[in-house]
Amino acid sequence: MAITLTEAAAKHVVQFIDNRGKGEALRLGVKTNGCSGMGYVLEFADKVEDDDNVFEDKGVKIIVDPKSLIYIDGTELDYGREGLNEGFKFNNPNVKDACGCGESFNV
Amino acid sequence: MALLQISEPGKTTAPHQHKLAIGIDLGTTNSLVATVKSGLAQTIADENDQHLLPSVVQFKGKNEQGYQTQVGFIAQQNASKDPQNTIVSAKRYMGRGLDDVKKHAIYDFVTEGDSVVPRIRTIAGNISAVEVSSEILKALKQRALDALGGDLTGAVITVPAYFDDAQRQATKDAAKLAGLNVLRLINEPTAAAVAYGLDTGSEGIHVIYDLGGGTFDISILKLTRGIFEVLSTAGDSALGGDDIDYIITDWILEEAQINEPEASLLRQILDTAREAKEALSQQDHFAFSLDIGEGKIWEAELSREHFEKLIKPLIRKTLVSCRRALRDADIDSDDIQDVVMVGGSTRVPLVRQIVGEFFSTEPLVDLDPDKVVAIGAARQADILVGNKSDEDMLLLDVTPLSLGLETMGGLAEKVIHRNTTIPVARAQDFTTFKDGQTAMAIHVVQGERELISDCRSLARFELRGIPPMVAGAARIRVTFQIDADGLLAVSAREETSGVESSIQVKPSYGLSDGEIETMLKDSFSYAQDDIDARKLREEQVEASRVVEALNAALDEDGDKLLSSDERDEIRQAIDELVEVAQENNQRAIKLKIEAVDKVTAEFAQRRMDVSINLALSGQSVKDM
Repeated sequence: MAITLTEAAAKHVVQFIDNRGKGEALRLGVKTNGCSGMGYVLEFADKVEDDDNVFEDKGVKIIVDPKSLIYIDGTELDYGREGLNEGFKFNNPNVKDACGCGESFNV
Repeated sequence: MALLQISEPGKTTAPHQHKLAIGIDLGTTNSLVATVKSGLAQTIADENDQHLLPSVVQFKGKNEQGYQTQVGFIAQQNASKDPQNTIVSAKRYMGRGLDDVKKHAIYDFVTEGDSVVPRIRTIAGNISAVEVSSEILKALKQRALDALGGDLTGAVITVPAYFDDAQRQATKDAAKLAGLNVLRLINEPTAAAVAYGLDTGSEGIHVIYDLGGGTFDISILKLTRGIFEVLSTAGDSALGGDDIDYIITDWILEEAQINEPEASLLRQILDTAREAKEALSQQDHFAFSLDIGEGKIWEAELSREHFEKLIKPLIRKTLVSCRRALRDADIDSDDIQDVVMVGGSTRVPLVRQIVGEFFSTEPLVDLDPDKVVAIGAARQADILVGNKSDEDMLLLDVTPLSLGLETMGGLAEKVIHRNTTIPVARAQDFTTFKDGQTAMAIHVVQGERELISDCRSLARFELRGIPPMVAGAARIRVTFQIDADGLLAVSAREETSGVESSIQVKPSYGLSDGEIETMLKDSFSYAQDDIDARKLREEQVEASRVVEALNAALDEDGDKLLSSDERDEIRQAIDELVEVAQENNQRAIKLKIEAVDKVTAEFAQRRMDVSINLALSGQSVKDM
């Protein structure tokens, strides 16, 4: 299994990293908080830790810590638009149920 | 599922607790809202993909929920049909008194009851500029909410560097009315520097030339290791793209031979003038075809050459401020690394050319000049809510005019000088003028001139309960404090007794004041007059102090220590001094004071002897 990105997501990640001017990778993960148990982490990454898993898809380097990987393995990161709002979406096959908006989830 | 944004390392927030912050450029002609998404600051467009929101509000009526309004493009289109109820350029009226706003009297200004705030009479009632601005802010807030999908933590709103306390407070009031939490007000040029400076990261001295719709600001900033220091600011709070429109309007009125046009026709001509200005930035000719009423169509052509000839004096006017800013910052135009162009009016090629020639450098136009300020404000807002991790950005703003208080003789004593970086707190000690004085009136003023009458009055308050002491013995510490928003608090404390009094300088909306530009200019042109006036007043104060002290001494010891001839001589000298002090001759007063000193020297000597004798009598040498 691995972490992948859609074309749209890859394009935007490259643009955002380029604009930021430093860091080459994207960190994905989970945090135990939120109304349904867990929340996603989506950050710029400036360094890779020793036990991090590193994936690469469509020219984007993705870093996931081993503990998080269990919950998000197989995730496809997408970029979409809802009305005036734009942003990233986690298409995570591990999710059993999520809160109404999907920001917080459970496996 | 919800849409997520990329955070800085370690800054991911819990679900539903995103710290959403926006930056708002509340402009005279157009307003914008911007935010930082995934580290990228960008302006937010409406559903029609328009980023600019014309700062135009059409009032249609009123119900329990508030005003029924139309904001933006639709309101702008309706402006010529419904000029009395459609408010444009409301920013010009923010924090101003009735006298100030009547100059551009497209509207029917009135005041209500005790309030001195000018209001515009509309179909929805009498509306203040603050309420008009809050309608614009509400529209921008709604747009941001739609685009961000969450609650806003706060907003940074930009104001011209030259906005005074009243105008800043009015802006804050408008935001509050719109339900926005104001994180900070920052100066427009400072926001532009944030937008540019951090992107390019080049160290050195930068000039921000901001010619917006209604205001002109020039700021000289020094960037070192990511820290901006504002070296100086100058500008004109009544000069901008609107004035270019007025010039073209005047030209049309003259060419078409229209006298005293009706409001709707004037509005229509103003719109056409703006269209011509924008077109002539791209092309060489503009053809007018205007329905001027009574079935007449006026047709004419304006060439770019003629257009530039018309507006050249206006553009050159901005250079006066540029020169002053350079002088204040104590730098030559050679020291300047680059010039950032901000504001829609800098699209006019002549502006770029004249500014480029003045600073002998090609001006920077990388970012959209309309969006620069909003983008900078959004970046600043993002930092203030804590979404930024490692960049420690410190912004220093300056106070545009000196702040001080009134001292005896109507003189202005400056406590915080202009171009002091803020936030700042400065204290100065003052004392009492009369024996047994138990209260002190503190009059806070703003301006560069030496006499109170030439400065702008901001506030008055009193310090009471000073213990009775001889003149000059009380020690009253007056502290001026300006917060990061540029708002002033003044406190006074008598040090020996600890009595205290303070004031938050609240907007003094109704004060009539000349333009800040004029205030500054006057301080230079009248520098010598001011110094002479100050010397004269100081001498007059000294004369009245001498007269006061002598009269007190005569009452006490005059009969005991002086012969009637001596008394008459002193009385006559006092009378002469009183008379001379009323005239405006500083030297004569000085000479007369010296003459009085001579005449009274013997009297002073005798009083001294008496008091020494009194102190020594009955004491042994050992005790001394």
